[in-house]
Amino acid sequence: MADSPRVALFVTCLVDLFRPSVGWAAVALLEAAGCRVEVPEPQVCCGQPAFNSGDRRTTEDLARQLIPALEPFDYVVAPSGSCAGMLRRHFPELFEGDPAWSARARAVAAKSFELVSFLVEVRGMRVPPGRFSGRVTYHDSCSGLRELGIKDQPRRLLRAMSGLELIEMEGCEVCCGFGGTFCVKYPEISTKMVDDKAARAEASGAELLLAGDLGCLMNIAGRLARRGSNMQVRHVAEVLAGRLDAPPIAQSRG
Amino acid sequence: MEPLSLAFRERAARALHDPVLATAMQRLERGWQAARARAAADLPEFEALRDAAVAIKDHVLANLDLYLEEFERRFTAAGGVIHWARDAAEARAIILDICRRAKARTVTKSKSMVAEEIGLNAYLEAQGLRVIETDLGEYIIQLAGDVPSHLVGPAVHMTRERIAELFAKAHGGPPKQDSAALVAEARQVLRQRYLEADVGITGANFLIAETGSIVTVTNEGNAELTQGLPKVHIALTGIEKIVPTVAEAFVFLRLLARSATGQEFSAYTTFLTGPKREDERDGPQEMHLVLLDNGRSRMLGGPFREMLRCIRCGACMNHCPVYLAAGGHAYGWVYVGPMGSVLTPHFVGIDKSWPLPNASTFCGRCEEVCPVRIPLPKLMRLWREEAHKRGLAPPAARVGLTLWAFFARRPALYRLATRLAMAALGALGRRRGRFSRLPFASGWTVSREFPAPQGPTFTAQWRAARGAKG
Amino acid sequence: MSEARRAILARIRAQLARPPSAEEAARHDVAARLARTAPVLIPARAQLEGEARIALFCEKARTLGCAIERLPDLGALSGAVLAALRRHNLPLELVRAADPLLDAAALEAEPLLSVRIGVPEESDAVGLTVALAGVAETGTIMLASSRARPTLLAFLPETSLVVLPCAWIKGSYEEAWAMLRALPGWPPRSVNLVTGPSRTGDIPPSIELGAHGPKRLILFLIDRIG
Ligand code: SF4
Repeated sequence: MADSPRVALFVTCLVDLFRPSVGWAAVALLEAAGCRVEVPEPQVCCGQPAFNSGDRRTTEDLARQLIPALEPFDYVVAPSGSCAGMLRRHFPELFEGDPAWSARARAVAAKSFELVSFLVEVRGMRVPPGRFSGRVTYHDSCSGLRELGIKDQPRRLLRAMSGLELIEMEGCEVCCGFGGTFCVKYPEISTKMVDDKAARAEASGAELLLAGDLGCLMNIAGRLARRGSNMQVRHVAEVLAGRLDAPPIAQSRG
Repeated sequence: MEPLSLAFRERAARALHDPVLATAMQRLERGWQAARARAAADLPEFEALRDAAVAIKDHVLANLDLYLEEFERRFTAAGGVIHWARDAAEARAIILDICRRAKARTVTKSKSMVAEEIGLNAYLEAQGLRVIETDLGEYIIQLAGDVPSHLVGPAVHMTRERIAELFAKAHGGPPKQDSAALVAEARQVLRQRYLEADVGITGANFLIAETGSIVTVTNEGNAELTQGLPKVHIALTGIEKIVPTVAEAFVFLRLLARSATGQEFSAYTTFLTGPKREDERDGPQEMHLVLLDNGRSRMLGGPFREMLRCIRCGACMNHCPVYLAAGGHAYGWVYVGPMGSVLTPHFVGIDKSWPLPNASTFCGRCEEVCPVRIPLPKLMRLWREEAHKRGLAPPAARVGLTLWAFFARRPALYRLATRLAMAALGALGRRRGRFSRLPFASGWTVSREFPAPQGPTFTAQWRAARGAKG
Repeated sequence: MSEARRAILARIRAQLARPPSAEEAARHDVAARLARTAPVLIPARAQLEGEARIALFCEKARTLGCAIERLPDLGALSGAVLAALRRHNLPLELVRAADPLLDAAALEAEPLLSVRIGVPEESDAVGLTVALAGVAETGTIMLASSRARPTLLAFLPETSLVVLPCAWIKGSYEEAWAMLRALPGWPPRSVNLVTGPSRTGDIPPSIELGAHGPKRLILFLIDRIG
């Protein structure tokens, strides 16, 4: 296992539906880090929409559906801090005191990781395979930052890419206002938050904004596009893997 | 105060267009947030103090009955009179009774959120008493007939110009232009009120079981004049405020100001043990303490016990992007920001406040800065569960969730449906890469472009490229 | 009233649901905790000695807006007080604590100064009292009420003068509190930890001094007493 662990890619529902290129970038990175990647079924969703809406029953049902699919693997990796946070932090919480599922949830939690922190901390990646030149800024998605402590890992890899200049924007740790269903339940507040984020990103002077969570990225890209900004937005995995053939989020080909 | 929390969304939406509020919230963000970060960084033991504070509070809460008895014994031995109040009405009646027996006409008050919680001012005023707030922020609020919008800075939402107008109207004379002149004017006016007061009412930040002392913390020094000049002092606080010893109180005191305003220590921290001693020449002749339950004991038995660790520092709201956008008044009741979103449902009922625990992106900054590490997002989520059970959510959200859950529980059907939907959306959005309008997504597209899917789903592509293994 | 007490304690016990078998251990635990006066955690910065400690105290207090005068002995106090009052254009009048340290300073012998002993009134512009300790950690002084030292001396007048012997400056709040413990009648009715002059941020945009308590806090540190 040490040289070639079997990794389940938990691709996340947003990447699966909206931006498969991030999934492929994740596969490329994991393979570059010596992993054997599989995409086990059934995997639909980690259950966050239900969990954060207070629908505990559905959350538990979805977790019970997902856990067996992930159990046979050495690791579970997701290109998202919030989905990885769901698996790592909240699955065990969900089944606390449930004799049948608690141990299984904890076992899956213990081997679940967010992609970039997995590459750096578990696989010891120092230099990513991709190439990129230009000025980028990095948005710290909340769950990754505060539930999983992801701050330095993506920056370390980005800084190792020659030609890439990392510029920090003001308030990079402030929430973008996505918050899952929050953005449609409280659109006015969400808009104010994402507008602040977009303005700070533009003010940084970077031409590309990166983050590790597609939800935040779609939110920020959507607002930047509406503001008429030409700042580009991508998932950090795309840059690290050097897979830039798909147009940036919310942009057209060409 | 009748809760207005059901209208959170509308009130917040209106607040977003208020430029005065925006400036005030920026002051919090650039001022207090930055100051807290500096203060925490300047004290290497800050995190260890937070851990110690959590352990102390957890120990006290697990033995709260015993500590209250110990505190009561010593407080009484020092000459204080303790009054237990099961709920707001009982607390109000006790306080009125003490005022009546003191033949009070004028009552001064230093800032107390518990007094707001029980609606004390309105009640005493209705009984014919003249109530004067002495904390400058509260005084301003009182003149304006307003309610606090922040735990620590009740008048953060006000401009100097507005305050100058209020002062001119209340005190006479032309409006003053600079803050120093306004502060001097308030000082002079309130000085008279302190001297006229028959009863002084304060809160208490901590109760110390070891000595039977109450602790007040202020920057203005108004608590000391409020309790020190009239003949009767009434302190009002919640039963959860106990710490075992003076040594343990210092753990909290080192955290409180740093978390609240980024100061290392507030200007005045006062430990009071009983009324004026026989040989003393100043101090109140009577010292009363009203210990309020008002539902706090109910929180002890379950996961909400952690909320009782709260020391009312306000850090959670200073760092909350939702609070900083919406302002405190949007929350519609006494306690605001993340701590308010957890507490308000306890006090007014989830049916009258369910939008509050929903008004969070769960970004986690509140928990990150809370000196006593209260898992605020987790507690808000628990309220969402309660709201969900009772069917308290906008119909659109319920329908959406049910529909999504239907597919998510049926992976094969989900694959099929999403493959078809994404293919269609992908084709539609292919040229621009995004949509400016989408049916059922107006909450999003009102202010944001909606990124178009790339087309074929990842799982479909994977199956095609690597076969159906795994 | 005692009915409310019973009800609240009963609610608490019902929620805590401590088994009867654990009752005794819990009581024991609480008693042990209350008997323990040792500090929980004293920051490294408070663990200084001698001049370094005094220097930190002065630095912190000055940052907060205190004026500090260091005097060799109590004999120098009346001159220093007079000079301070003149510097701030204040009337040469004060009300002071009946503290033996101030008696020893013989302020009354200063012909230009009018001194009253007792509790301050609304009309008093300057109060003079003695602090029982200083805390270097944050530049805080610790006052304790007594017959000799009315609390109001440091709260009612707009200018607060406080005498503090250097030897009473400690590193931490805990050490300062330990000094109080030795006093007869402990704990005093009122212990005030004062950290700089009264301040408010309630009227934007600036922090203003002298909201309710003193606008000016002048500390006289005395090197040698007695
Ligand atoms: S919840 Fe925590 S951060 Fe918020 S006021 Fe209470 S103690 Fe302070």
